[in-house]
Amino acid sequence: MAEAILEVRDLVKHFPLTQGIVVKKQIGAVKAVDGISFDLYRGETLGIVGESGCGKSTVAKLLMNLERATSGQVLYKGEDITRLSGRALKAVRRNIQMVFQDPYTSLNPRMTVGDIIGEPFEIHPEVAPKGDRRKKVQELLDVVGLNPEYINRYPHQFSGGQRQRIGIARGLALNPEIIICDEPVSALDVSVQAQVINLMGRLQKEFDLSYMFIAHDLSIVRHISDRVGVMYLGKMVEIGDDEQIYEHPTHPYTQALLSAVPVPDPESREHRERIILTGDVPSPANPPSGCRFRTRCWKAQDKCATEAPLLAVPERFKGVDSPAAHESACHFAEEKDVVGAA
Amino acid sequence: MDTLLDVRDLHVEFRTRDGVAKAVNGVNYSVNAGETLAVLGESGSGKSVTAQAIMGILDSPPGHITQGKIFFQGADLLSLHREARRQVRGAKMAMIFQDALSALNPVLSVGDQLGEMYVVHRGMSRKDARARAVELMDRVRIPAAKERVGDYPHQFSGGMRQRIMIAMAMALEPDLIIADEPTTALDVTVQAQVMELLAELQREMRMGLILITHDLGVVADVADRIAVMYAGRIVETAPVHEIYKAPAHPYTKGLLESIPRLDLKGKELYAIKGLPPSLINIPPGCAFNPRCPMAQEVCRTDVPPLYKVSQTRASACHFWKECLGD
Ligand SMILES: Nc1ncnc2c1ncn2[C@@H]1O[C@H](COP(=O)(O)OP(=O)(O)O)[C@@H](O)[C@H]1O
Ligand SMILES: Nc1ncnc2c1ncn2[C@@H]1O[C@H](COP(=O)(O)OP(=O)(O)O)[C@@H](O)[C@H]1O
Ligand code: SF4
Ligand SMILES: [Mg+2]
Ligand SMILES: [Mg+2]
Repeated sequence: MAEAILEVRDLVKHFPLTQGIVVKKQIGAVKAVDGISFDLYRGETLGIVGESGCGKSTVAKLLMNLERATSGQVLYKGEDITRLSGRALKAVRRNIQMVFQDPYTSLNPRMTVGDIIGEPFEIHPEVAPKGDRRKKVQELLDVVGLNPEYINRYPHQFSGGQRQRIGIARGLALNPEIIICDEPVSALDVSVQAQVINLMGRLQKEFDLSYMFIAHDLSIVRHISDRVGVMYLGKMVEIGDDEQIYEHPTHPYTQALLSAVPVPDPESREHRERIILTGDVPSPANPPSGCRFRTRCWKAQDKCATEAPLLAVPERFKGVDSPAAHESACHFAEEKDVVGAA
Repeated sequence: MDTLLDVRDLHVEFRTRDGVAKAVNGVNYSVNAGETLAVLGESGSGKSVTAQAIMGILDSPPGHITQGKIFFQGADLLSLHREARRQVRGAKMAMIFQDALSALNPVLSVGDQLGEMYVVHRGMSRKDARARAVELMDRVRIPAAKERVGDYPHQFSGGMRQRIMIAMAMALEPDLIIADEPTTALDVTVQAQVMELLAELQREMRMGLILITHDLGVVADVADRIAVMYAGRIVETAPVHEIYKAPAHPYTKGLLESIPRLDLKGKELYAIKGLPPSLINIPPGCAFNPRCPMAQEVCRTDVPPLYKVSQTRASACHFWKECLGD
């Protein structure tokens, strides 16, 4: 069994909803992340998919302790980082870095590329003493495939793909063990996406990195992930290796999601069964009782409204030697032939 | 087949402080009644500007049409008077945008916006127009249309707003719809709902549809024909089934090869090297030549014409035969 480098246990993040300007009164909460558990193994890529608003970015921020968890734990090498602060937090953060989606807004336009990539050294001078920094930044530029002579340029002088490389160089600066990538290629054009994905694969091997890779493009996630977790409305509904999730999904939401992805092959048009969900995703401030997916699920029964299904290997698949035997949070988990996605 | 729209050698440039951006450089495409033409290309390739020129909503200045003709149902649109042009727009051709929130009027209820179409173009009374608005909302499957007709755009979800924009575009039963990345901002399950609706309405009303997108999956799902754009030109056009089997332009080929495939798992993806050119400084010869694995000397000097590949296909590559062949 692989070694878990991060263990996430019952993680919860509720954002208070308040009313009133002078005297704020809490009138409810946005249950952005509502009890999520999973492991990240050393050296693997764990893909996280799910539609916008399901809580992916919030999970990412909780893992970095950029948001304070409402409850639950994030264990890094056995230590709960949700409780750390000050120096101890700083020490852990060196090892967990993040790359953001939007290469246009995540880089400070008034800083040079050298300052942006070198900024982490201000907080962790032990990694690169002042005299070495310029050289170190130029090495990083080279590693991500940018000309080291660009060190004095500003972000606006670069294309989207190049800016994403700058973000990645900055993420690498402190030699982290884990990089959390929040939609790192979503804003890029197809031809540039492939370049950045390839770069990330190379870096993973070279620096022995563990990735958590959040994206909504299911075929890209499949390409680079060892395991994949599917989120819906603040919950992890299914998790498994890429074959289990893509070829043998047992949760109705995963099945619907996969069947909705357009396949880049016109021949498949006729013989595809597509599950078209009706309605919208409910509000995370007021999620449905029981299973959160039940308001859009074609299999829902009374039990689904009263009992929240747990994320576990379903009873019927326990001890069965089949790729369908993986964790799925559905009372009626079963395979369904969804021709399709990626 | 009746040609609905025929764009011929269209050129559009933007005169800006930084120089002249040649956004559209000789676009040729046509759409038949009842047909779906997908216009595929990366951002900045001139897809939207071409659509704006067709619709007559080009941002001008700084945009200028410098050459070309646009025929719609036989009439030369660019020589029409403003008023005649306005009549065409809305009644005969309509557009669906990516961002419904900025395309809809935030201070008018959706019922008023939909009804307005009938009041202005059909001279209907407010009351009748309102009833038609509810019908339209039903038609695009907005739940509880009657209760929601007085709501404002921001009160709807992204997918529902997109339906409202589709309803606006369909209101006067136009002959041509241009949908500019209609589902790019939506999640996949919502995208599937919206695309299904659009395809169904198009079939029923036998409209021509120009679907602008950068998603090779969406194209494969719905298009009859495809036109691939690069640096303001159509570089390849073909029936959709043929192009996925055998592209006749190295750019199309590169795009298709860069899609993640199962057998490539864990390996590097094919990546087209480099970046699209600056439109202020398009390379001489074939605009794709600095990125093209097949480029020869002639590609750096001679602009490739749109070569006829077959009755139904064309490619702007000097080496289209070689591209098809291997
Ligand atoms: N700082 C915040 N305050 C209040 N609500 C928030 C905040 N951040 C996120 N949310 C809400 O939490 C939910 C999950 O958001 P997010 O994690 O960004 O989703 P995703 O990344 O999957 O799109 C959304 O409903 C969002 O509106
Ligand atoms: N309003 C404008 N002002 C100046 N330049 C513009 C304007 N609109 C478009 N352009 C130029 O035209 C190019 C093509 O734009 P567009 O047609 O929107 O591309 P896309 O293929 O992404 O839809 C842009 O890269 C830009 O250089
Ligand atoms: S638990 Fe019930 S509602 Fe939830 S996915 Fe399974 S069948 Fe559907
Ligand atoms: Mg997010
Ligand atoms: Mg556009």
